[in-house]
Amino acid sequence: MRSNVLRHNLLTALLLGPATAWLVVFLVLPFVAIAVFSVGQRAPEGGYQAAFTLAQYVNLPARATAFWNTMVLAPAGALASLLVAYPVAYYLALRAPERWRLILLALVVIPFWTSLLMRTYAWMYILGGSGIPALLAYGGFEDVRLINTPGAVLLGIVYGYLPLMILPIYVSLERLDRRLLEASADLGATPVSTFLGVTLRLSLPGVMTGFSLVMILLLGEYLIPTLLGGGKVFFIGNALVDLFLQSRNWPFGSAIAITLVLVSVVVLLAANRISTRLSGARRVDLI
Amino acid sequence: MTAVPDIEFRGVTKRYGSVTAVSGIDLAIPPSAFVALLGPSGCGKTTCLRMIGGFEQPSEGAVFIRGRDMAGTPPYRRPVNMVFQQYALFPHLDVEDNIAYGLRQARPRLASREISLRAGEALAMVRLAGYGRRKIHELSGGQQQRVALARALVNKPAVLLLDEPLAALDKKLRTDMQIELQNLQREIGITFVLVTHDQEEALSMSDFVCVMNGGRIVQLGQPSEIYDEPADLFVADFVGKTNLLSGKVAGHSGNLVEVALADGTVIAARKRTSLRQDEAVAVSLRPESLSLGAPGSGRLNGIIRNRIFLGSTAEYAIEVGGIGTLLAKADHLIGSKNLFKPGEPVAIGFTAGTPLAFPDPKNNGTNQRENKHVEIIS
Repeated sequence: MRSNVLRHNLLTALLLGPATAWLVVFLVLPFVAIAVFSVGQRAPEGGYQAAFTLAQYVNLPARATAFWNTMVLAPAGALASLLVAYPVAYYLALRAPERWRLILLALVVIPFWTSLLMRTYAWMYILGGSGIPALLAYGGFEDVRLINTPGAVLLGIVYGYLPLMILPIYVSLERLDRRLLEASADLGATPVSTFLGVTLRLSLPGVMTGFSLVMILLLGEYLIPTLLGGGKVFFIGNALVDLFLQSRNWPFGSAIAITLVLVSVVVLLAANRISTRLSGARRVDLI
Repeated sequence: MTAVPDIEFRGVTKRYGSVTAVSGIDLAIPPSAFVALLGPSGCGKTTCLRMIGGFEQPSEGAVFIRGRDMAGTPPYRRPVNMVFQQYALFPHLDVEDNIAYGLRQARPRLASREISLRAGEALAMVRLAGYGRRKIHELSGGQQQRVALARALVNKPAVLLLDEPLAALDKKLRTDMQIELQNLQREIGITFVLVTHDQEEALSMSDFVCVMNGGRIVQLGQPSEIYDEPADLFVADFVGKTNLLSGKVAGHSGNLVEVALADGTVIAARKRTSLRQDEAVAVSLRPESLSLGAPGSGRLNGIIRNRIFLGSTAEYAIEVGGIGTLLAKADHLIGSKNLFKPGEPVAIGFTAGTPLAFPDPKNNGTNQRENKHVEIIS
């Protein structure tokens, strides 16, 4: 009896060991290190010097632009992705002919097989001087600037993160019981009322999952603003790269990183709260 | 008929690609009737119901509700409501909001006080007063069923459509709900159209039964007519238990036909259509129309193979040489001592009514028909 319990515990430890070790080494320890850095000082030659000061946090407003850009463009990007993704997911789940569905879904996912870097470079070319602006010049619209604008960054974001938004919404719509739609129509609801009262409500868990997924990834986004925003549209991610690799101000970078994590957690909890309240007892399945 | 029928099908056909689900149906359902559409799965009964609800459009013909052609009218503009199979209650709304759903769609809008008043009445009608704030998943199957009923009836539809509403309930609850549905229908006085594959349910609840097979109506009548005077072999076999004996027409005497059974016995039977000499037929004998007695006293002789004691009656599987196994249902008025025992020889007579003979194209004259219920017994 006793040896059984012991063996059981040993087995549990063996099964959980690798994952726990991984998380401790690559998540918990770095997080603690960053937290410690964030209350330290920049060493004269760059890097970290032990101290206990909140000076780095007080200094956060110095990077207000990066925070502002992220806080505006991340939700805007997530919202724009949502507006594009929902009709696509709706079509795929409820309207597309059965035999086309898998092929269409594959078309959504396939771009993921190419690196985001390559695809963003392609957009640089399309939006750049010899791309769409050149075409527009033929039509008489001279000097249209597309690249290195917030609009270009938004476009890149929607393009890059669309599949992440489509898939969870598709899953929640696909699971939707079609008879509920018939019941709604039977009870006198017009197609618009049925969409608002049943379809949209019951797909909210998917919407919230997609929204928070894209939003969280966007909070740390670095690549798209760099390539499509030029030096002008700075995200927090760009600020972090700058602080850790260029000016080597680790404590300040750490303070920004910690703030970012806190914001992400708040966003996640809020999204979870909202979708739980709106769609009954169901929880958000975050992967 | 003087009154405008609540529901009328005129030459309705429904095809899905090359499959014809419903073919050329004409049907008029009078006001305030409880009608059952009965048939095996795939007979087209659900398609008919869905055409009334507006979820399917006829390929040919027209469906009328209270005299109005419903072609092109979407479900949300039809004066009917449906109780769906598995109920299709909204999981994100509580009981009261489910019931009020239809009322909230009404234009011009109803006052919110009236909505909650009527929803409360509907809840009371299905004996769920006080359950308004419950979540759907907190209810039992029977309670969900009643919420679905209230959600449909609260809109005061001209006709209530019920799609296999009792299929998901256990037997005891099903019997209770059958009675409750009947009472409700009488109370409210609107037409109920019930789709079911359960012949007992159809016979016990409805004023009229419409038996369907292969996309057509094979018989429409009161439950007792359907049971006592089945229109054809399919109805005789599908509705209630029966013994079907294969035979050939040996002659005619007046309105009756003489049928020679496989073992040579000749019995007189009623017929529904004219039958040719030597035509292959099946004779239907209800188990309760057979009487059992001492050997030599009846028309057929057999040996008891199985007995199922049912309290006031008993069912016997009796093997008759050259014919096969027959099912008989017998009262034992003088007490259970009079029961026959397995292995005992008995004589079988015909008491109530006269057997019915139907043309039977599948029978080649000698083979025993499969009696499905007998297999269950033995």
